[in-house]
Amino acid sequence: MNSSQLFGITTLAYLLSSAFYLALFVFKNKNLGTVASLLAILGVLVQTAALGLRWHESYQIGIGHAPLTNMYESLVFFAWCTTLFYLFMEFKFKAKVVGAFVMPFAFVAMAYASFAKGINQEISPLIPALQSNWLIAHVITCFIGYGAFAAAGGLGMMYLLKKRANTRNLSRETLTGSLPELKVIDDLIYKTIVFGFMWLSAGIITGAIWANEAWGTYWSWDPKETWSIITWFLYASTLHARFTRGWSGSRIAWLAIIGFIAVFFTYFGVNYLLSGLHSYGAS
Amino acid sequence: MTKKKKNPVWAFFASVKLALFLLFVLAGTSIIGTVVPQNEPAQFYIRQYGPNMAAFMQRLGVPDMYNSWWFLGLLGLFCLNLIICSLERIPRAWRLVTKDNLATPVDRLRKMGIRKQIVLDQSLPEATENIAGHLAGHGWKTDRRSVAEGILLFAQKGAWTRFGVYIVHTSILVILLGAIIGSPAVARKILKNPQIAFKGSIMIPESRETDYVWAFQTGEKIDLGFTIRCDFFTIEYYANGMPKTYLSKVTVIDHGKEVLTTDLKVNKPLTYKGVTFYQSSYQPYPDFIVTLKNETTGATRTSIIPAGKQIKWPDLGASFGIINRETFGEVVRRVKIWFTDHKDKPSIFWIHTGREAVIERPSGNFSLMTKQLYATGLQVTKDPGVWFVYIGCGMMLLGLLVAFFMSHRKVWAFLREEDGKTVVLLAGSANKNKLGFEKRFSSLVESLRNG
Ligand code: HEM
Repeated sequence: MNSSQLFGITTLAYLLSSAFYLALFVFKNKNLGTVASLLAILGVLVQTAALGLRWHESYQIGIGHAPLTNMYESLVFFAWCTTLFYLFMEFKFKAKVVGAFVMPFAFVAMAYASFAKGINQEISPLIPALQSNWLIAHVITCFIGYGAFAAAGGLGMMYLLKKRANTRNLSRETLTGSLPELKVIDDLIYKTIVFGFMWLSAGIITGAIWANEAWGTYWSWDPKETWSIITWFLYASTLHARFTRGWSGSRIAWLAIIGFIAVFFTYFGVNYLLSGLHSYGAS
Repeated sequence: MTKKKKNPVWAFFASVKLALFLLFVLAGTSIIGTVVPQNEPAQFYIRQYGPNMAAFMQRLGVPDMYNSWWFLGLLGLFCLNLIICSLERIPRAWRLVTKDNLATPVDRLRKMGIRKQIVLDQSLPEATENIAGHLAGHGWKTDRRSVAEGILLFAQKGAWTRFGVYIVHTSILVILLGAIIGSPAVARKILKNPQIAFKGSIMIPESRETDYVWAFQTGEKIDLGFTIRCDFFTIEYYANGMPKTYLSKVTVIDHGKEVLTTDLKVNKPLTYKGVTFYQSSYQPYPDFIVTLKNETTGATRTSIIPAGKQIKWPDLGASFGIINRETFGEVVRRVKIWFTDHKDKPSIFWIHTGREAVIERPSGNFSLMTKQLYATGLQVTKDPGVWFVYIGCGMMLLGLLVAFFMSHRKVWAFLREEDGKTVVLLAGSANKNKLGFEKRFSSLVESLRNG
């Protein structure tokens, strides 16, 4: 058994889990939800083992480093964070159907990492600039934040869907009937953004410290840095709109979705559409 | 309420609407600089966007937009907004923290969302001690006051967390202050002393030293106030040919004395007297550093020599030259040496660079070491503001933790005697996480009832 095979099992587990969550959403059968959760848990356990194994493998080939250093590894880590965050949320807030809106993110990230062209899955040695503990701290903090924001985006979509159904007075009979109450979703969106904002801030800070250790500049307005601060500004304004101006409901749901688009662009778009220092993400 | 509030200018800067507006505008305009390449020569923009558009962009400072007057102006406005908004609210927070909660009318307690009434089979003084003791056991240190018809107890936790928000807001100002203190532009244009804060670079060939660097942007020469020497530079590779380590051994010389020698690597900079040196590039030369030792006489000499030239070192009794080389990328791996001690036919052989070779000659043994000459490229910065930035970052994380995850919680107990028993009205409030507090409150009441 090597780590690639385990990641393959993980991808499959996330796919099935997403499917079962969607089935739960459609058919409202509790058993489907239980299976979906178990699959997500199974997936995350296998993935944890796979991450550990990949780390171990990197030592075996003599270039030991944490599996957090290129596009492939970061996508895998993103899927891991998103699933862990989601499961935590499910456990804490008992909102199972949410999985139908979050687990697909985890699956897509794994599938993209495995099958997309131009993504190198090999364990490669670290170029000197990446040999830093701050890099590890940077990637971990950023991706916990991204995982939370993915969940917030999913929740935002869920909110809007439910809202539309409600205004058409369809709620009880149709799909959205199984979703949590609007107020509950709204509260979850807010809490999730708060959590993500904390980690995004920490991610930007650890990134700045790393840049200062490696290049002597903690902030150089390169596109990736700039997009991370744009994202940060967006979420800061979302939070302020909420707690100082009392925004809630659809407006916050939209902002959660827009925020996640900004996260997505920071993570992906910048690598493919713009150029800059963070070249490591591109391979 | 206050006089200031009536001042429209003040009210404008104190408004959160302005903050939201500025945050959105900062986010939106920041995009420009990620789409339009920054700090390219003027020609680039003309080629890319045409002369009219380029002139327009230059006027708006787009080619260096994060330092343009309007972007800095937005940031300035943002700071002003933050300061005034916080100034406006800190007194309110202060009043909330220092408020005399024992003056809360009992009627208010009766209307609070979180409250519970219990009856204790004890006299009023007994019950008071009991409740106060119990609350203290759960970390609630109570104050008490006799009020009409009974006794009021009050305790609170986390009152100071009301300031968490202001720690966050202040942290932003501290970070920006750090950025200003460390800004080369401020040092140059306002303080008229580029030595206070600068970013520059320097190439130092091995065995050479420098006491100045070249500033970025202006190309000015900036004195370091001490000397740094590159003793040695090397690159290590992974088996697959990727670079593993760029390493320079450098020595700092201050007032003519060697004060320290250290290894400099990417991600392992050296700071001396506030100046930090980063390994950032290198340059291979066609020349070589050669160390030759006559093992018989013990005479040694080290020098930089070009390839393809005959070198005569009579003091060592030898002549030699590098007549060929084998490269790997731009790195020389082996060199072919021509060597004679003028006693017999010259020896011709290959040796690895960086390794010592012993040459057996009629007049005795010689040891020879060659190494390709490199210059190490160092980025050099002096940033006296960086600690402000780091402290600001720490404050921000701390403040966010306090503002988001800690709350100001209050508990009141109003005790009054009725038919020889004591009726206790417990009430509580929290400014955040009300659900969590309600649970705590319930279990507290439960334990009081049972205790
Ligand atoms: C991007 C920069 C900013 C960050 C990261 C930030 C962060 C925060 C945080 C963490 C809170 C506490 C939220 C809570 O209590 O749950 C807060 C509250 C607040 N912020 Fe900001 N803030 C920023 C900019 C601003 C600006 C420019 C203003 C200017 C008006 C402002 C005005 C306020 C106000 C009025 C509150 C509510 C304070 C209260 O509870 O009384 N913020 N901010």
